[in-house]
Amino acid sequence: MSIYQKNKLFVKNIYKSFDEILVVDNVSIELKENEFVSLLGPSGSGKSTIFNIISGLVKPDEGEVLIEDVDFTGKSGRVSYMYQKDLLLSWKKIIDNVALPLVIKGIKKKEAREMVKKYFEIFGLEGFEYKYPFQLSGGMRQRAALMRTYMFSEDIILLDEPFGGLDAITKGRMQSWLLDVLKTLNASILFITHDIDEAIFLSDRIYILSERPAQIKAEIKVDIPRPRNNDIVTTSRFNEIKKNIMEML
Amino acid sequence: MKKLESTGSKINRRRSLKRIGDGIIPTAFLIILILIWYIIVENGIVERFMLPSPIDVITTLYEILPEIRLHLIVTLAQALYGFVLAIIFSIVLAILMDNIGILKRALYPLLVISQTIPILVLAPLFAMWFGFGMLPKIIVVALVCFFPIIVSLLEGFDSVDRDLLNLMKSMGASRLKIFTLVKFPASMINFFTGLKVAATYCIMAAFIGEWMGGKAGLGLYMMRAKKSMGIDRVFAVVLLVVILSMLLFKLVSILQKHLMPWSNEE
Ligand SMILES: Nc1ncnc2c1ncn2[C@@H]1O[C@H](COP(=O)(O)OP(=O)(O)OP(=O)(O)O)[C@@H](O)[C@H]1O
Ligand SMILES: [Mg+2]
Repeated sequence: MSIYQKNKLFVKNIYKSFDEILVVDNVSIELKENEFVSLLGPSGSGKSTIFNIISGLVKPDEGEVLIEDVDFTGKSGRVSYMYQKDLLLSWKKIIDNVALPLVIKGIKKKEAREMVKKYFEIFGLEGFEYKYPFQLSGGMRQRAALMRTYMFSEDIILLDEPFGGLDAITKGRMQSWLLDVLKTLNASILFITHDIDEAIFLSDRIYILSERPAQIKAEIKVDIPRPRNNDIVTTSRFNEIKKNIMEML
Repeated sequence: MKKLESTGSKINRRRSLKRIGDGIIPTAFLIILILIWYIIVENGIVERFMLPSPIDVITTLYEILPEIRLHLIVTLAQALYGFVLAIIFSIVLAILMDNIGILKRALYPLLVISQTIPILVLAPLFAMWFGFGMLPKIIVVALVCFFPIIVSLLEGFDSVDRDLLNLMKSMGASRLKIFTLVKFPASMINFFTGLKVAATYCIMAAFIGEWMGGKAGLGLYMMRAKKSMGIDRVFAVVLLVVILSMLLFKLVSILQKHLMPWSNEE
């Protein structure tokens, strides 16, 4: 990745406490155009809180959230945010779930359906447009949630452990699939995980977070060339990075 | 995948077996009760003028059906008007209470207290205030049906996943959009639970409301039958009320299945 890339997102020295307990402690994060960056940290460290702050749902006690150099601190409705849970609406068909962000923006249901239709192939959900969420497998639901996230905004996407609830095999498939999809999309992604392999496999850069309160312990560049496939897991470079991270955690 | 399907169908089969069992057990129990009732009366253990036999009740119901048609229509109309009125009021009030915190805290206890006042005390009051027409009966029905509907609706609004609401906010949805797209549909299951409870109450409520006097209605008919010692007719009317209530309950269930196809699997 070149240094000439535009800065998409800049989280500047944020702090946040809940009930006097410090959860986020002076965290700064940068995300460049088309970059894939992971936040890797232990459970309960404050990762989701950081995302809530970036998405504007939670106001930081201190610090700023700049998106393309504009202050978006505490303002929601700018970045796409996918939660740990798929949060599909059980009463809506997949196509309407996916079109939800467009309907919120005021587009008519019929038109919104037309607009999302062509993406079903990319997201591997062809033929499931008119099914209800309960009729889909866990991996498919996750893809549908991802597709909805993408429909809201394709430039900055926050993914909070999107594959956390999946079994190892499905998870592996979804990771490869995600890398594949990203080639055709033009998105900058911030990704939460506590799976070291997953972080290395997917990312250009990794921020290592400490236990609560979350602090940035280190920033690691993953200089493994793309396109990547499952074989990289066995390469020496991959294992060097992995060892390096494990020593820090 | 294959394995999954086969366990899935096994579960389905077990479930449908269970469903059949769910139907058979209460039916068998009911038949046994009716049989005992029949034997007691037919053998003269209890006199017929105290307790008619189940067969008498059914034949009586069949015989009086033409003469009670008008009464039936009046009771049904009162029950349905009251039911609809209760639905409208509880939806409006539930939305207001959900959006205005003070209103909810102020009204919720009052709603509960209102339920502790027996309807038999209120009915004569309504007769005094609103006369002997349909209106006081409709009000009784509405009052009785109102509580289960609004309580289940409020519970539904409260139980919507907070993350889902936050997700909507993160997408910049307005309060109105959040309500119409998420909160209300998410509460439909609770809403229907309340509707079903109310559906079983509403005929009975109209029936009791009619005891305070009026021009027509099954309750009124029953009071007259009671005065002339027509105990088989009293029983026949009660049976009719039970049948009507069950039909209404079934109707709401069918409506739910059609309006909420996604809930059939859950
Ligand atoms: N709205 C809130 N009010 C009070 N405390 C909160 C709130 N949100 C988060 N917390 C607390 O902040 C801490 C960090 O929570 P957070 O959800 O950010 O962790 P996380 O790193 O995402 O954890 P996990 O990996 O389990 O998802 C927790 O102790 C949590 O209880
Ligand atoms: Mg989290």
